[in-house]
Amino acid sequence: MKENIIIIGGGIAGLEAAGQLIRLGYNPIIIEKEDHLGGHVADWNCLFPDMSSAEELVSKLIKNAAEANIFTNTEILFINRLKDNYNVMLSNGISIIARVVLFATGFKLFEAAKKEEYGYGIYDKVITNRDLEHWFNTGDDSRIDTDEMEAIGFVHCVGSRDEKAKNPQCSKVCCITAVKQAIEMKQKFPQARIYCFYMDLRMFGKKYEDFYISAQRDYGIRFIRGRVSEVSENIDGKVIVKAEDTLAGKPVKVTLDLLVLMSGMVCNPDSTKVAGMVALPADTDGFLKSRDNIADITSSPKDGIFYAGACTGPKTIPETLAEARTAALNIHTYLQ
Amino acid sequence: MIYQGKQKIWADYQKEIPDDHWFYVRSCIRQNFFPASEKMMLEICRNVLGKDFYETEHHTTCGGIAYHCDTIPQETVMTIVARQFALMTEAGYENYVASCITSFGNYLEILETWNEFPELETRIRELLWKSCRREFNRPKYIAHASDLIYKYRNEIASKARFHLVNKETGEPLKVVEHIGCHYSKMFPSKGVGGAEYPYVLCGMIESWGGNVIDYPERRHCCGYGFRQYHIKANRGYSISNTHKKFESMEPYHPDMIITNCPGCPYFLDRWQYAISEMEGKTYGGNGYGIPVLTYEEVAGLVLGYDPWDLGLQLHQVAVEPLLDKMGIQYDPETKYKGINNKDLLRPELPGILKCC
Repeated sequence: MKENIIIIGGGIAGLEAAGQLIRLGYNPIIIEKEDHLGGHVADWNCLFPDMSSAEELVSKLIKNAAEANIFTNTEILFINRLKDNYNVMLSNGISIIARVVLFATGFKLFEAAKKEEYGYGIYDKVITNRDLEHWFNTGDDSRIDTDEMEAIGFVHCVGSRDEKAKNPQCSKVCCITAVKQAIEMKQKFPQARIYCFYMDLRMFGKKYEDFYISAQRDYGIRFIRGRVSEVSENIDGKVIVKAEDTLAGKPVKVTLDLLVLMSGMVCNPDSTKVAGMVALPADTDGFLKSRDNIADITSSPKDGIFYAGACTGPKTIPETLAEARTAALNIHTYLQ
Repeated sequence: MIYQGKQKIWADYQKEIPDDHWFYVRSCIRQNFFPASEKMMLEICRNVLGKDFYETEHHTTCGGIAYHCDTIPQETVMTIVARQFALMTEAGYENYVASCITSFGNYLEILETWNEFPELETRIRELLWKSCRREFNRPKYIAHASDLIYKYRNEIASKARFHLVNKETGEPLKVVEHIGCHYSKMFPSKGVGGAEYPYVLCGMIESWGGNVIDYPERRHCCGYGFRQYHIKANRGYSISNTHKKFESMEPYHPDMIITNCPGCPYFLDRWQYAISEMEGKTYGGNGYGIPVLTYEEVAGLVLGYDPWDLGLQLHQVAVEPLLDKMGIQYDPETKYKGINNKDLLRPELPGILKCC
């Protein structure tokens, strides 16, 4: 009989780990609170920097995890330790006992409305990066008027690197996402002027720098180094953005047809709540604290509990998948 | 614009304002420019609403103008403020209300500084004792006077004889609300509605029947800026800020502007004359300007007080077009009559800005 492994979270980390654990001869049980698998990536369109399809990636991961027991629309009511096992009670009334629990609970997006000066939820033409990805997938967002798209802006670091938002950390992927989305909007609206308002451009990954250079050279995206101070709406419903151009040394004011806020990754409160059931510590950034941030990031401080993906901090997709595989292997080693 | 989005933010920035028993301190400059505003505040609060408002002739400036003009050190302004608090303590009050926005910001800043640096508060207590043998308790609550009119706005609405409605068309008046910078930009949590979308004047306008205009430069400073105005060479910068606001609100054709600061209505009112002389441009209809009123003046108008008893004749921009819109009766002959019908003479009329 195959041993149960409980995986909390049916996003890409949970799915990849499940796929690996199946191949290693275990019975992963995925518990997902939403009605679908794939987590945040399921809502995305193209993935930087290769512009590969998010849907294809998620479909492949779901296919590889097909043999797992999957509970969607299910939450964890409580977890407690029973000698060498963990007893997990689900909201559907089922109780599972396993020696190992893998947290793949991911992240939450910063609530852009908290940055009041940007007017999300107040001005019609202000949306977030997630709203834009949704529109790329479905074409359905009344705030995006395809007939009038002469100028578009992207604001980096919304809710990230921000003491006032109580979120000092960098969200890692927003810069490259902004570059990607700016290129995609330029492809859809070739006549549009596109601005990216950034603090620093974090192009750390493979081919990211080339992507950024292409955005400027091939697509004419205008990168303005400076923070946006306020957004307002004029009588035509367009948004007026005031920002600082620190390289030119002067303030700028632009009138835009659409403003996209790059909301960052923050810790998922559901993650913290479930972690609290077994007294798992959170780090100072709110994300779950690993046993060792450098040498053992997929292990928690408690025996039998492992982590994969953005539950321990902002991650890219390759990093998330790599951690999921590492966690699967660590689980296998732990159980032998 | 999504009004519900603003309502969510307003819900986050509500404050519990005590209902009664206030120690009231006046502004240095408001009585010169808007002489009946503070009188009307006390008239409404004491006589119309029956509240206990106490003031003493022994109180002074809070030192805010000098502090923001960088002419006195911080310890001096703190000691002045400590004396004000001492007067409040001696009178037996705990709730402190300031007529001036700069004062409000000044008091909050000082209390917050004392929270961070308690040794400074101790030193100020010593300085106060040495200089005038007074001691003080900290106020339990500090409000701005507009917070109280905001709190009482529905009671005022229930007694209102007039509303912020165009009598001819039945349409709500289009009202620009301008909040003084020191109200909530320094401590957003201390302002009703926060810093980005303050609600203190919006609430009054909505209660009294008007519609609030959100125009792009709504948050922009009026241009007073202390050093921007008090130093003559900087006045061009001061007026350029006001000009920017008027250019931004012009497409919305506001019927009036309501403000809650001493400096703001002064500059928004007077600079319309200067802009008309410099640029040849006016912003109201038919060559008039846009009337700029304090919230006490608006409360007084709504309650049916005579416009000339509200000191509106001292405004640069003519208020008569607004009074006509609201259906408020006034006697043009008594506009410049003083006590016992004394003739106060007439001011010289500007060349371009149409005045009555």
